[in-house]
Amino acid sequence: MPSTPLRIDSPDPGTLHLSLPPRLDIATTGDAWRRASAALDRPDIRTLRVAATDLENIDGAGIGLLVHLRDLSQARGIAFELAALPGRFQPLLDAFPPGSLPPPLKSAEPPGFLEQIGRSGAGLGRDLRDLLGFTGELATAIGRSLLHPREIRWSETWSTVERAGVNAFPIIALVGFLIGFILAFQSAVPMQQFGAEIFVADLVALSLLRELGPLMTAIVLAGRSGSAFAAEIGTMKVKEELDALNTMGIRPLRFLVVPRALAAIIVTPILAAFTSFFGLIGGLVVMLSLGFPLVTYVNQVRGALSPEDFPSGLAKALVFGLLVAGIGCLRGLQTGTGASAVGESTTRAVVAGILLIILSDGLFSVVFYSLGI
Amino acid sequence: MPSPLIRVEHLTAGWNGRVILDDLSFEVFEGEVFVILGGSGCGKSTLLKQMIGLYTPMSGHVRIDGDDIVTARGADRLRILRKIGVTYQSGALFGSMTLLENIGLPLREFTDLPEEARILVGRMKLKLVGLAGYENHFPSEISGGMQKRAAIARAMALDPRILFLDEPSAGLDPVTSAGLDALIRQLAETLGVTFVIVTHELPSIFAIADRVIMLDARTRTIVATGPPAELRDRAEDPWVRRFFNREADNG
Ligand SMILES: Nc1ncnc2c1ncn2[C@@H]1O[C@H](COP(=O)(O)OP(=O)(O)OP(=O)(O)O)[C@@H](O)[C@H]1O
Ligand SMILES: [Mg+2]
Repeated sequence: MPSTPLRIDSPDPGTLHLSLPPRLDIATTGDAWRRASAALDRPDIRTLRVAATDLENIDGAGIGLLVHLRDLSQARGIAFELAALPGRFQPLLDAFPPGSLPPPLKSAEPPGFLEQIGRSGAGLGRDLRDLLGFTGELATAIGRSLLHPREIRWSETWSTVERAGVNAFPIIALVGFLIGFILAFQSAVPMQQFGAEIFVADLVALSLLRELGPLMTAIVLAGRSGSAFAAEIGTMKVKEELDALNTMGIRPLRFLVVPRALAAIIVTPILAAFTSFFGLIGGLVVMLSLGFPLVTYVNQVRGALSPEDFPSGLAKALVFGLLVAGIGCLRGLQTGTGASAVGESTTRAVVAGILLIILSDGLFSVVFYSLGI
Repeated sequence: MPSPLIRVEHLTAGWNGRVILDDLSFEVFEGEVFVILGGSGCGKSTLLKQMIGLYTPMSGHVRIDGDDIVTARGADRLRILRKIGVTYQSGALFGSMTLLENIGLPLREFTDLPEEARILVGRMKLKLVGLAGYENHFPSEISGGMQKRAAIARAMALDPRILFLDEPSAGLDPVTSAGLDALIRQLAETLGVTFVIVTHELPSIFAIADRVIMLDARTRTIVATGPPAELRDRAEDPWVRRFFNREADNG
């Protein structure tokens, strides 16, 4: 839009004269601001005279320029005169007398480096304690719910079973198949050197049922459902829905966490069984291509497994499921305020979930070994 | 008579095929403070969202300064949107930005103001809504009423010709609320800003409104139009009179 710009002249060296354009609004103020600032940038100016003779229209941005010029003059000891400002605009300027904009209050200040280290160390300890406490609470809540099955929100439980379990089936099948396939393929080559290809079946069966089946299932669960639990409950926290539950006397632990944990406990062993099953099929494909018939593979697998391998894998899966669901819900409940809070809880749920799975897997190894399983 | 700045023509709108507003037509004039009234859930927020082109109506048009916001696309639509500022019922501040950054965002996107100007203008807007000093706070660090006021400051950032406010004074104390009313009147009178406001606060309606329309959930239409004092004293619809006189509906 063509519009008259700000006019600047200097009748004598110590005086700066600004004539405001007819329109001083959001579209024209940027240009006027820059030019006025540049003109004022001379050390010899003693007087700033602003004439609003032509001014017909001004808005918040234009008023901003006037406030800026006035306050800048004051700070530099320049005499400021504003002439011929139409009376109807005076109240707009009067809303901002000199010194009316106090310096910003301090918002929460980021802590220093050392303090951050200390805080994160203390945070880790607090986190572990919270986790232990929460696990205990959750276990009692689940136990109590199982004694009073009527109190369990079965509809929520089943819908979680569907989301966390049924819907995870395709990815579980794919992951299982590929793990079995890769395992067999990678081990077949070195085994071949010893003429021991047939033992690839033992290797695949044992590692899948005892170790990889439950482990991979739990990791997929942490990525899919642990994060979802944290996000769902975290969003409720941000929207004060958890406060609403609490004031109704309903404990979020029973209302939100128990159904999810139960669903995870139901779903994980089943999914782990399927992971192992599809893994065995993956192994079978490799064995068939090496020229072994189906019967041989099946017999070899059956011979490799002892009766407790399958249940011990399922027991692991059950504990993993509980951990993933528990940590997901805990992170959700711990969600802070602000826009990034839910995202943070989600990330932390997945990271902590995977960490816990690996740690407890190590524990299982020790326990199973000492029990001779 | 000043010219109509907003024309709503035979607007029919609703959600998921359910009609909430049936064939509404009205005009808002330049420099007017126009208030939308009605019982809770009758469709005031829905109407506001239709007027700012956030959703497509089932039929009808909304013209802002002559341009149809329903059919406008691309640059045309952006040009219309530049003329309006909006606050939503829930505030809708960006949680990852400080208040000053929230206000600075439209200034940065749509003007050539230098940075010191953007900062000063942002701080002045905050001062106008009584939040001077809270520049560097995040929305989650201030109260609900303060968030509401910050949202109004953000809507005013570009000095739009029309401000749409959804329940601006809900959750404010009477003193702050009266301050907001004074600000609205001042902007309307000195800068000629047009306001379309949804509110339930009777004192506020009488203090600021030039004209009101009243929606009715049962008929899904406008049951009354006019200056608030006139409706209080002379409305034909008994429900409208009760609304203005704060009588309970026991029927
Ligand atoms: N996003 C949405 N999806 C579906 N229906 C909606 C949606 N928003 C509102 N509605 C419906 O539209 C109707 C009107 O809602 P609206 O929010 O416009 O009411 P309102 O008059 O602003 O009420 P209040 O005074 O309580 O804010 C309600 O019946 C509501 O159920
Ligand atoms: Mg509403």
